[in-house]
Amino acid sequence: MDLWAWFFLTGGLFLGWSLGGNDGANIFGTAVGTRMVRFSTAAFIAGVFVTLGAALSGFGTAGNLGKLGSVGTLLGAFLIAVAAAYAVYWMNRRALPVSTSQTIVGAILGWNVFAGRGVDFGAFGQFLGAWVVTPFLSAALAIALYLPVRGLLRRVRLHLLTLDLLTRYALIAAGAFGAYSLGANNIANVVGVFVPLAGRIFRPLELPGGAVLDPVHQLLLLGGLAIAAGVYNSRRVMMTVGHDLARLNPLAAWVVVVAQSLVLLVFASQRFAQFVASLGLPPPPLVPVSSSQAVVGAVIGLGLLIPGGRVDWGLFGRVAAGWVLAPTTAAVLSLVALYVAQNVFNLPVLP
Amino acid sequence: MKLTPLFSSVRQLEAEIDRYLDHVLEAGLVFSRAVEAYVRRGVEETYAEYIAEITQVEEEGDALRREIETRMTFHTLIPELREDVLSLIEQVDQVTNRYEESVYAFYVQRPALGPIDEGILELARAAVTTAEEMVKAARAFFRDLHAVRDHVKKVQFFESEADKVATRIGRQLFESDLELAQKLHLQQFIDRIDDIADTSEDIGDELSILVIKRLV
Repeated sequence: MDLWAWFFLTGGLFLGWSLGGNDGANIFGTAVGTRMVRFSTAAFIAGVFVTLGAALSGFGTAGNLGKLGSVGTLLGAFLIAVAAAYAVYWMNRRALPVSTSQTIVGAILGWNVFAGRGVDFGAFGQFLGAWVVTPFLSAALAIALYLPVRGLLRRVRLHLLTLDLLTRYALIAAGAFGAYSLGANNIANVVGVFVPLAGRIFRPLELPGGAVLDPVHQLLLLGGLAIAAGVYNSRRVMMTVGHDLARLNPLAAWVVVVAQSLVLLVFASQRFAQFVASLGLPPPPLVPVSSSQAVVGAVIGLGLLIPGGRVDWGLFGRVAAGWVLAPTTAAVLSLVALYVAQNVFNLPVLP
Repeated sequence: MKLTPLFSSVRQLEAEIDRYLDHVLEAGLVFSRAVEAYVRRGVEETYAEYIAEITQVEEEGDALRREIETRMTFHTLIPELREDVLSLIEQVDQVTNRYEESVYAFYVQRPALGPIDEGILELARAAVTTAEEMVKAARAFFRDLHAVRDHVKKVQFFESEADKVATRIGRQLFESDLELAQKLHLQQFIDRIDDIADTSEDIGDELSILVIKRLV
């Protein structure tokens, strides 16, 4: 067992925990905020599916080391992970939904500045795109989705109890799917950089029945569990998204989750764009979108549409400020941490 | 999670809520008949039958209410809706209770209605009409949220009519030559019946709030 490797890994696990505490709100915030699903139920389902996504489908993304892979040294990756994790944790404490992905990019920008590699202004463009474009796209899509579904429901006139049960299952199904994707897509950022160290941290584990869990999968599982543990800490961010920003009804709660997934699919998926082009149709433009910003946009859009939606613009202002603050804080923290590690403790942080 | 049993449990719950509301309507009909019988003939054999009938309707309603509460607590898991429906059912139950209490009060106290006998009949009809409209509003809450507003508007109108009748016969009562004790005794009956309409209106107001929360 390599204690240093374990120590470095804690940075990744801290990041996973913070990430779960914030991104849990994207998948179950509206369900919990509208009280269609209890927080304990949501956290349990999200925890299970996040872990499954990380352990079963995370290998492909974790194999490419994630965003921190570009850093080159483990200590550097550790410091950047802790800087990003702390920035997200701070946002969690303030109950603000932010983009963890952007926060990690922010922390890496700090490293770029420290390493004298200059600033990648393309990243700023992407941030601005996500902050400004995503909420509008998402709000428009949510409204476009909500109106026909509402019309259909008015026509069908289901009994309220049946409708609520169906909505609840739809929310749980969407949440489980979202949690699986969250685990699969984000595990690379959490433990990707430690994959080469997996053999120094874990030994192959024999499972009952003769199967063997190799060190890499144990690492992915541990990262998944860190995200899952974070989800149990996401209640306040969930309430901001699903209750405080605007008052949603159960149908709107579901539409927000679907609109968010559609925004990511339509405007961020290269495969989807290729598929549309292969049908001879004009492909949708690929723009930088973020699920946190998509959820907030959809909530605001529907909050404006629904009678009694009561959008809290003051809170939205704080959320938007959080979008800027989280990556900025991460950048400053990582810059300071790297500087202190190199110049005060004489530790090698650059490759 | 097994879906089919949960859906069938919800279907049963829906049917039970409908049956529960049927009981409220039935209690209103028995109450109307009992008051009419009392005004026309006083407490005689048929009145005793109404006593038995309202007791049975109320008991069946209570059993259904408990069944609904148990089913909502243990078999369905939607916290928001559960609280709303349980509170609604509890409130609606008060209307059935008021019907029963009034029928018993006539039976036990046997008030001499004197100058307000026709007024009491009119008031009872207004109270039952208000409660019936409230039941329509409650049914609409489960099936057609947009119709609730119309029914609640009618509930408010009928409740206000009931209040007017109550005020009119109250004045008529206190302008009469009856003893003060008798006037106060009869005023209790006026208040008791008017309370049915008031409670129905309160439920209507509660329904309006529930609709705002859920309107899609």
